[in-house]
Amino acid sequence: MSSPSVVQIDPTGGRPPRTTTWAGFALPGVGWLIAFFVVPVYAVMAVAFGSVDPILRTPQPAWNPLAWDFSAMSSLLDRVFGGDLGKVFIRTFSFVFLALAGCIAIGYPVAYFVARKASRSRSMLLALLVLPFWISYLMRMLAWTNLLQQDGYVNQVLQWFQVMDEPRNWLDGDWPTVVIGLVYGYVPFFILPLYSALERIDGRLIEAGRDLGASSFQTFVRITLPLSVPGLMAASVITILPMFGDYYTNSYLTSGSPRTEMVGNQIEFFLRGSSQPQTGASLVLVLMVFLFVLMVYYLRTTMKAQRESER
Amino acid sequence: MRLFRSRHGRAKWLATITWLYVLWSLLPVLIAVRISLNSGKSRSTFQSPSFRWYWGDTTSSVWHDDTLHTAMWNTLKLAVLCMLIATPVGVAMAIGLQRWRGKLSTGANTLMLVPIVTPEIVFGVALFIVFTQVYTGLPGGITTQLLGHVTFTLSFVVVIIRGRLTAIGSQYEEAARDLGASKFQALRLVLLPMLGPAIFASLMVVFATSVDDFVISSFLSTGASTETVPIKIYSGARAGSTPALNALATVMLVVTLLAVALAGLVMRRMRSQGDHDASLAGLTV
Repeated sequence: MSSPSVVQIDPTGGRPPRTTTWAGFALPGVGWLIAFFVVPVYAVMAVAFGSVDPILRTPQPAWNPLAWDFSAMSSLLDRVFGGDLGKVFIRTFSFVFLALAGCIAIGYPVAYFVARKASRSRSMLLALLVLPFWISYLMRMLAWTNLLQQDGYVNQVLQWFQVMDEPRNWLDGDWPTVVIGLVYGYVPFFILPLYSALERIDGRLIEAGRDLGASSFQTFVRITLPLSVPGLMAASVITILPMFGDYYTNSYLTSGSPRTEMVGNQIEFFLRGSSQPQTGASLVLVLMVFLFVLMVYYLRTTMKAQRESER
Repeated sequence: MRLFRSRHGRAKWLATITWLYVLWSLLPVLIAVRISLNSGKSRSTFQSPSFRWYWGDTTSSVWHDDTLHTAMWNTLKLAVLCMLIATPVGVAMAIGLQRWRGKLSTGANTLMLVPIVTPEIVFGVALFIVFTQVYTGLPGGITTQLLGHVTFTLSFVVVIIRGRLTAIGSQYEEAARDLGASKFQALRLVLLPMLGPAIFASLMVVFATSVDDFVISSFLSTGASTETVPIKIYSGARAGSTPALNALATVMLVVTLLAVALAGLVMRRMRSQGDHDASLAGLTV
């Protein structure tokens, strides 16, 4: 923008382009996000670092950061590191990790096939991959509660194939059910970003690999796979983040069993179940700190891509 | 020819996995739709077809159960209002962010992207706290739910529109300016029509996201009269529920798919017309 040759032929005579009008266009949106995103997140901090009315048990938010009281946070951190909440965090991490592994195992081959191999069927497959986006998440989970009933189709099929003798009680706090549910719920969100990354890979690089004598497996391992790593990372981050905050998939599929409780369930419990908003707010902050690295990674790569595309 | 065949053969197992995935991703939903047509109370096996849970049953069908009604209207009302607010604000914001240069613009751009990576539960809690502690004058329920939905979907609109703006580039507007259009005429007469398909895509995404939202609606719900369809599905599974839930979900599914299909048709028409205009513009330039 600021290279001298451009300025010389600029009809405005070298004046920098006025951008205040455009700032005005962005203003309503920015104002909205400040009022309903920045202020609310700050309110979470004010409640977490504030105090609680001793009689009414209502939170007394501390709006001035200098007056913040960290005692509630430190007792919560004791519960997270080594206390009862530690177990919940470990369980959450395990569920998310297993579900991500499932998403990669299913999603990578699918995204790879649709992006690089399917030619005639591509547009149809793409439409089918997008279809779950238009189906309500909870309806997709409702479908699984139908399938996984004691006398449901899953048990019927498994018994017919004689995988099991007795019908299994899937919906009673079984962790595999939660992992299956998470994979089923989130894999569409994983596939699409990965698909677009794989589709952007320059086909000439792969052809060059083949021309130079590499087998198709070698070209995949040495060219396609490394080139897809950024897309794989982005897809993983964008699926992991909502999974960490998920509390409805597990409780829906296990009738709220405490054996599959995740961090989100605890947050919801503190805020809605037992009116301990201060503990809930602190737990939200702890979760956000855990996720901070992932969030920053995604923001940085997105903004870099934005700058490059606008250059 | 041999090359083609061998490549095809190797992709075969990938093709199998892909089609199996597609089947797996959609079959459960189709089964749920089928169960909504059940004549009996079972929500696990199909007995015989009937519309009992849509309108036949006089107490608990979608047509006769008031709570299911209310949930449906709340969901649609929220989604339509959210669409009407988030889309124009988001379009303006995208155009603004694309062109506004300055120190603050980077900050505004980051602020716009953060909601996309924020887990929904953080949204839910933050909005719950702010509406109970700070903006206490606002009536709870549908108003606060709407404010929450708009906040959550605004960034999606901006990202979709910005992608399209980048693809369009600045040459069409510059041509319009050279031909004597003012800045705002160029925007209104050239850029906005070219953004048409992207605006429709945003409307679709906002509608579907709002209809789908459970966490924010649930955190900001103040009782039975402010429940939405996802809340109803969620809370219905614990109580001994009937296929009426499946029927409710199916109705919403059909509404969403119809809306998407309609928007898709309009988009296709706009796009072919847009290409026509673009090629004309190309000739003039």
